[in-house]
Amino acid sequence: MAEQDDIILAELSDEELVQQMHDDLYDGLKDEIEEAVHILLDRGWQPYRILTEALVAGMTIVGYDFRDGILFVPEVLLAANAMKGGMFILKPLLAETGAPKQGKMVIGTVKGDIHDIGKNLVSMMLEGAGFEVVDIGINNPVENYLEALEREQPDILGMSALLTTTMPYMKVVIDTMVEKGLRDDYIVLVGGAPLNEEFGRAIGADAYCRDAAVAVEMAKDFVSRKHNQMAAG
Amino acid sequence: MSDPLSRLLEARDWLMADGATGTNLFNMGLEAGEAPELWNVAHPERITALYRGAVEAGSDIFLTNSFGGNASRLRLHGAHRRVGELNRAAAELAREVADRAARRTVVAGSMGPTGEIMAPLGELTHALAVEMFHEQAEALKAGGADVLWVETISSADEFRAAAEAARSAEMPWCGTMSFDTAGRSMMGVTAADLAALVEKLPHPPVAFGANCGVGASDLLRTILSFAAEGTERPIIAKGNAGVPKYVHGHIHYDGTPELMADYATLARDCGARIIGGCCGTTPEHLRHMHAALEAHTPGPRPKLDVIAARLGGFSSVSDGSGEAPPERRRGGRRRRS
Repeated sequence: MAEQDDIILAELSDEELVQQMHDDLYDGLKDEIEEAVHILLDRGWQPYRILTEALVAGMTIVGYDFRDGILFVPEVLLAANAMKGGMFILKPLLAETGAPKQGKMVIGTVKGDIHDIGKNLVSMMLEGAGFEVVDIGINNPVENYLEALEREQPDILGMSALLTTTMPYMKVVIDTMVEKGLRDDYIVLVGGAPLNEEFGRAIGADAYCRDAAVAVEMAKDFVSRKHNQMAAG
Repeated sequence: MSDPLSRLLEARDWLMADGATGTNLFNMGLEAGEAPELWNVAHPERITALYRGAVEAGSDIFLTNSFGGNASRLRLHGAHRRVGELNRAAAELAREVADRAARRTVVAGSMGPTGEIMAPLGELTHALAVEMFHEQAEALKAGGADVLWVETISSADEFRAAAEAARSAEMPWCGTMSFDTAGRSMMGVTAADLAALVEKLPHPPVAFGANCGVGASDLLRTILSFAAEGTERPIIAKGNAGVPKYVHGHIHYDGTPELMADYATLARDCGARIIGGCCGTTPEHLRHMHAALEAHTPGPRPKLDVIAARLGGFSSVSDGSGEAPPERRRGGRRRRS
């Protein structure tokens, strides 16, 4: 199967092209994704439809295989990079057309921790799922989180830690939020290799996310519950 | 075969390594987010106490407090210009403890990951990674480390870079990866991959293996996979004492000393020759492990269900070694190569 005829993206039907984009996202082919996004735009597709049906749906498949231990970080980074290429084209258009947003998240790695691989994956996957993500980087003391929450007014706060020596700092942030009466204003999601569900609960987070794919599911779930509550209230 | 670790391995069937560094330092007052390496200079007496705890509990090998001592990691604490000072101090304190010990004890200079992604996927070039590891390796050597101990690595490229640094520093070394993602390393490396990788290195490690990861059961499954590859090289098992829990404002790993003693003898039967703990493993755990290893008569390789029954279940169905990869849901219609 090594020798295949080159597929000419522009010759594919809309349906075939979207399927091909799912494959190309999976394979992390950035140039092809960018080309396909342009083709769909030229064919009159709404940016939001391209985002959801081609990019988000494609990244969802990548997320499933990441969750199931079929793909690992290198492949997911390549896929996310391809998606970013597509997003870069769509972002200004989405803003112009006032496309609906899933929600907004502020995310950062806690104080003392340099690791941002997992955090970056979560950011990219959430953007891929239609969220607005504000990434405040690594090594964040509690003040940084509070400032960002104040400034951005997100739905969700995401915290990441990869080290046993830094994971307790998540509790420092959550405790400070409780002290200031801010805790219930936000959904707090936590993640990182040494964590587990029980740990997430014990420090007062809303949920522990095992990986970036789970983070997307959790974010969607909590945001829709929050909106339902507001509608009910 | 002139280094102290190789000599000990020739003389003995098994050696006990140490337990945790980070979580034990928490118990001495380290704050979350603080760089443990700064204590080598700020609180040397506490680091000495940490080392003594392991040696007095029977460890033949103990690791220096320098896991995050590379420039990339120290940068975050504004200490990237103190790589030499902090690593040398870590090793000097260890040397002193080892030299005063009643029996021969090996000082292993801990070198953890840079925390960055290697090129082309990420920004860190091979040359720069080697340079950072080499800087750390030379300081550990100058401080008196007997062997370098590269640990918790997830990428094959980063493992190779550390190996090259050990070669440049003309130091014997050991290397372990952390297998925490569906039985593989975060970057997808299987136990079989690592067993093959170490044999291809121009400066191979004295011993290799697994550390940290998910729990004792998963770690032993990885050890079984190393052994299944038929490696002659000594295998290292350094598993966590259970999983972390938050109890009364502290991180507490839920593995009891008894469980870790059971883990240690199982590790021996799985084929590991260097056995220790990782996160959550206190001197008390080590004492139990040591007693159990001393009393243990080697048995056959345990089956996975025996490991699960004694230490708890696995976090994933398999560890990805020696089997066809699971079917991918998409992809494979590449238009260009």
